[in-house]
Amino acid sequence: MSELTAQKIPVTVLTGYLGAGKTTLLNRILSENHGKKYAVIVNEFGEIGIDNDLIIGADEEVFEMNNGCVCCTVRGDLVRILDGLMKRKGKFDAIIVETTGLADPAPVAQTFFVDEDVQKNARLDAVVTVADAKWLSDRLKDAPEAKNQIAFADVIVLNKTDLVSKAELAEVEARIRGINPYAKLHRTERCKVALADVLERGAFDLDRILEIEPEFLDTGDGHDHHHDHDHHHGHDHHHDHSHSHGGLKHYHDEEMQSLSLRTDKPLDATKFMPWLQNLVASEGQKILRSKGILAFSDDDDRYVFQGVHMMLEGDHQRRWKDDERRESRLVFIGRELPEQMIRDGFESCITT
Amino acid sequence: MKQFDPGEGASIASITDKVRPLAVGMPISSVHFLGETAVFVGAEEKAAIVGAGGEISPVDIHGGAVLCAASDGARVVTGGDDGKLVALNAKGEVDVLATDAKRRWIDNVALHPDGAVAWSAGKISYVRTKGEEKSFDMPSTVGGLAFAPKGLRLAVAHYNGVTLCFPNMAAKPEFLEWAGSHLSVTFSPDSKFLVTGMHEPALHGWRLADNRHMRMSGYPGRVRSMSWSAGGKALATSGADTVILWPFASKDGPMGKEPAMLAPLQARVSAVSCHPKHDILAAGYSDGCVLMVRIEDGAEILVRRRGNAAVSALAWSPKGSLLAFGTEDGDAGMVEL
Repeated sequence: MSELTAQKIPVTVLTGYLGAGKTTLLNRILSENHGKKYAVIVNEFGEIGIDNDLIIGADEEVFEMNNGCVCCTVRGDLVRILDGLMKRKGKFDAIIVETTGLADPAPVAQTFFVDEDVQKNARLDAVVTVADAKWLSDRLKDAPEAKNQIAFADVIVLNKTDLVSKAELAEVEARIRGINPYAKLHRTERCKVALADVLERGAFDLDRILEIEPEFLDTGDGHDHHHDHDHHHGHDHHHDHSHSHGGLKHYHDEEMQSLSLRTDKPLDATKFMPWLQNLVASEGQKILRSKGILAFSDDDDRYVFQGVHMMLEGDHQRRWKDDERRESRLVFIGRELPEQMIRDGFESCITT
Repeated sequence: MKQFDPGEGASIASITDKVRPLAVGMPISSVHFLGETAVFVGAEEKAAIVGAGGEISPVDIHGGAVLCAASDGARVVTGGDDGKLVALNAKGEVDVLATDAKRRWIDNVALHPDGAVAWSAGKISYVRTKGEEKSFDMPSTVGGLAFAPKGLRLAVAHYNGVTLCFPNMAAKPEFLEWAGSHLSVTFSPDSKFLVTGMHEPALHGWRLADNRHMRMSGYPGRVRSMSWSAGGKALATSGADTVILWPFASKDGPMGKEPAMLAPLQARVSAVSCHPKHDILAAGYSDGCVLMVRIEDGAEILVRRRGNAAVSALAWSPKGSLLAFGTEDGDAGMVEL
């Protein structure tokens, strides 16, 4: 098979509330001298200042799959456009999908879980959300869409930081972390962010789920502590950072939260898998994103999974290393999560 | 269930040595016959015209991807991501029929035997009859277009159903509702039934006399290729590891009946084409294999052994004496019977 057909094209989903700076980021990506060619699926023609024959207008048409699960919506226009784009494989390196400011990112992501043809040719790379440092706090109060986009994000570009004071910035970051402590956060002015920080993130790649740790608020120095802590010092890491940021406010969003579960006792796969499947089947409308690294009893492999609403995918990832702590971690981000019920269910899957 | 391996077994009749390989040199999206001349439509930019003697003439048709193609036996009309609707005849003459003002993708095209052409860009479908052009706005993006064989009636598939438009009359379009995304549409040759291929792995059908629904499901994959057998007695479809053949000979169509399952392989059927006169069909598979199948008893003849990529195009000449095929990685061939 030729190299062109063997490679799946990475797709980055770019979201953000109206006026946050999505188009600025898009123009930056397209104009930077990176030697790559992007196909861009946009909603508003004409806002992009770059001449590119691979800019395609989309209509954000969402439809419900007839498979019985209520929140199983997909973007039909994306299915069609990706199908057409695949005829021009080799003419571009990656695809960027810009959503409207009011869009829910879930149908876009779900399209990559349910559509066989899309899956064959393309892979979801990451959901990147551009947020306006000055107005996001207000939007989180009055615009459910803005909150959705923050909760869903793998990468958050906190833009227009030059328009707010240090205190205001700390405030908005704390609000973001109250909803989604796991996304990578970058503070920017005019969306000035290294492209490597928003593209080719592999956020939906099961092989790249290395650890699940909250992301702390020290991104300003450009130091990527994820890489430093890819081993068993998870706890130390925790304490260090919370101390050095002792002055941070902690917000708990009333509506949207994340829930983290952890155990160093092995899980019983025969109990855990049905529990997880039932959980997303019954509570999937509330669960926006889920992710886990699991240690099962009598299994020397790490099992990883991730999900969007009711859709899950999981696989054995690799052997546990000898010096690695066999700890299971799960994270759910969602709306009004039934915390106690999830915790109890999880506990019942732990081997005794 | 019987199974065989076309790569090893000698238990099947084979005409692979009679196939003339054609070096068309491009991934193929469809093939059509204009008389004895075959037109291979590429995935982008070009078509290749292959004459009776096997000579290949490439023709430039689009400035990008070719998104759709249809033929009325006299010409092949294609739509592209360059916003153009282009007609090509057997002599290789190219005629630009329409250019979208906003350079939107031309997603679908259909031709009527009397010369009318219909195409769509996004939510709008257009119909051009002799000298007159009309447009019909749809509630969502058009997934497929088909003219009824009799009368001037256009079926437009979209989300949640099909709209039947009557370009020559003032009559209001008729809406056939069924939830889901409908991506292709075809009329039975007697115009009594309408069938759509859905986004999910299923077909949906309507008996037009009373709009009764027919659900045709159970496929492992989406149905991308449908072909009516000679006389419209059955509808052959891709999407499973056998050819699924729905019976349409009675007035109830496939209602309450099981489909026939022919030519099982360890690969998914990717293209089907029924012989224009006899109860024979050709099936192409995701592994590149091409079989000829007798509908009556499922007897098979191997036309092409499996290759590297799926069969994306299959067509019979109007008299049924030539069969042409093409694959996603640019292999093509023709066999005379």
